[in-house]
Amino acid sequence: MTDDAAGFPAESAQARRVGKDERLFTLVQCLLASEQHLTARRIRETVAGYGGDDDEPDDAVKRKFERDKNVLRDMGIPIETVRDPNTGEEGYRIDRAAYELAPIELTTDEAVVVMVAAQVWRQGKLAGPAAGALMKLRASGAPVVEDAGLDTLIETAEPAFDAVWRACRDARPIAFTYQKRDGARAVRRELEPWGMVCRNGLWYVAGHDRDRDAVRVFRLSRVVGAVEPCGEPGTVVAPADIDVRALVGDWGGGGSKPRMAELLIREGRANGLRRYARGVEPEPERPGWDRVELNLFGTESLAGTVASFGADVIVADPPDLRDAVIRRLKGVLA
Amino acid sequence: MTGGPNVGRFARLLALVPYLRARGSAQVDEVAREFGVSQRQLMKDLDLLACTELLRPWPTCPIDLSYEDGEVVVLDSGATDRPLRLTSDEAAALLVAVRMLREMPGVTDGDTVAGVQEKLERAAGDAAAAMRGRFEVAVAARPAVAERITDALERDRRVHLRYYVPHRDEITERDVDPIRVRYADGHGYLEGFCRRSEEVRRFRFDRIVRITVLDDVAREVPETAAEPERDLFRPLPDAVPVTIEVTAAGRWVAEDYPYGTTTELPGGGLRVELNAPDPRWVRQLALRLGEAGRVVAPAGLADDVTAEASRALANYDAV
Repeated sequence: MTDDAAGFPAESAQARRVGKDERLFTLVQCLLASEQHLTARRIRETVAGYGGDDDEPDDAVKRKFERDKNVLRDMGIPIETVRDPNTGEEGYRIDRAAYELAPIELTTDEAVVVMVAAQVWRQGKLAGPAAGALMKLRASGAPVVEDAGLDTLIETAEPAFDAVWRACRDARPIAFTYQKRDGARAVRRELEPWGMVCRNGLWYVAGHDRDRDAVRVFRLSRVVGAVEPCGEPGTVVAPADIDVRALVGDWGGGGSKPRMAELLIREGRANGLRRYARGVEPEPERPGWDRVELNLFGTESLAGTVASFGADVIVADPPDLRDAVIRRLKGVLA
Repeated sequence: MTGGPNVGRFARLLALVPYLRARGSAQVDEVAREFGVSQRQLMKDLDLLACTELLRPWPTCPIDLSYEDGEVVVLDSGATDRPLRLTSDEAAALLVAVRMLREMPGVTDGDTVAGVQEKLERAAGDAAAAMRGRFEVAVAARPAVAERITDALERDRRVHLRYYVPHRDEITERDVDPIRVRYADGHGYLEGFCRRSEEVRRFRFDRIVRITVLDDVAREVPETAAEPERDLFRPLPDAVPVTIEVTAAGRWVAEDYPYGTTTELPGGGLRVELNAPDPRWVRQLALRLGEAGRVVAPAGLADDVTAEASRALANYDAV
């Protein structure tokens, strides 16, 4: 290949075939370096890979440029757009202050923590963002440290995880089909999601349930099928004082003040109940048995545990707990 | 390690220049390893960066690199002195995990983690501020238990545990030489050499009834001691195969014990086949389920469950 009339050297970007990564990288350099907003025409003259002057038809170049802008925006690169009031033409640039990661200096110990934090997602759906963040911090000068080898993991196995995460991130309402724990028919729900909490390795989403017009918590593993947006991003507004974590913690019966239950337990048995005992005394009327007091948070939940110990536990009080246990035991025989 | 397959080439190109800039110079093999790519790929990346050209107002190469004899030096980093700011996902992924680590005593130093959180929040700016409070990982850390374990680990002390073993319904007493704390599925575990079983065992925090730090110095763990099974939740080798059928109201069994195979039954029920750690565990489960489930196999165990329910009901007639 020989030098062309404009004086470009043979290896010039104009003379080579320019790949997508190179075109995007050059575009970023071009938009970051410029003080002024650049028109699309100027950009295609400056950045090789848009077909230079005449190689490609105008609308093909335009589409390519539109696609590239979207790729950059999806990566979080802030492209400013202004319209020239006289010509009506759009101009583009990237503000360096908005592009650049703010200064951050990490000690070696702190870099280890960041490494551990990135690794807890290593098998999950956020492995990509975590790795991307780690790379940027290192590009900012953070020391590179060895694998800390910590055996700690956040699981994100629920199929609904991605869509619900995006909805919480973008403050966007969603609709999904939900199967309740008791096996009732799956029902479609519309939710304004406020946030997600992982508890005991399971993910929950809390927010405003539009159908019930109330605050509700949903377990992601019980979402059936696809999660669809049903509103625009940025339209969900969580109450200022909302504590999503507390909502998920309260869900399922905790939170309220417990009642007291009195049980008779055979000596040395039902240790799964005894370990929560508030008080244990030998029962004078039944030799070989103890009278055990413990907190009663949820009748059905405690009735299940009491029933599971069979003939080793008898409920003395309260009567509703006693009835719930008897109902379960009769159910076994049914 | 940094990213490899998880980070695209374009994102890597944007990070490479500031990375090299921050370090002055670096070795090709080292950079390739840290970005999780082959040296060949890294050389291609460096070629691309060096060839980048802006054609107007006159042709210029914004990036000036030298990479000879295995050493890379950036002489001019063009307009990319600094890496791109963090996206919302990137900021949230790190901050959620860092906040979780703060709740995990015994894993990392608390003050260091707090410092990291503060620095990340500041560096991530709006991306972090907007996500605040939206994503959380709660850990059943039991601070009082974890504190004593941390103390024992720091001072190299043996601990005494009162520990509940659910499938045998036993409260056991044992001395343990702590090795480390681990977290999995939202639960904290003490891993240590159990002096009773002469094995390395894991003890789940919420099953520790009481923990006492002893004055005895923890002994070195014998080299021959086996690592505990990596998968904490795999059934034991001597497990019993069981078949249970549950109604719609008992579907939680499959959710709480996701180790078996399930088959849908008409009317919303499920057949669950699993390996139970102990027959007593199955009996407890069946009694808890009541009319929402029954043991199908083994038949002897099914009879055992109904006999126990009858005895329990007889208790109430007598009281």
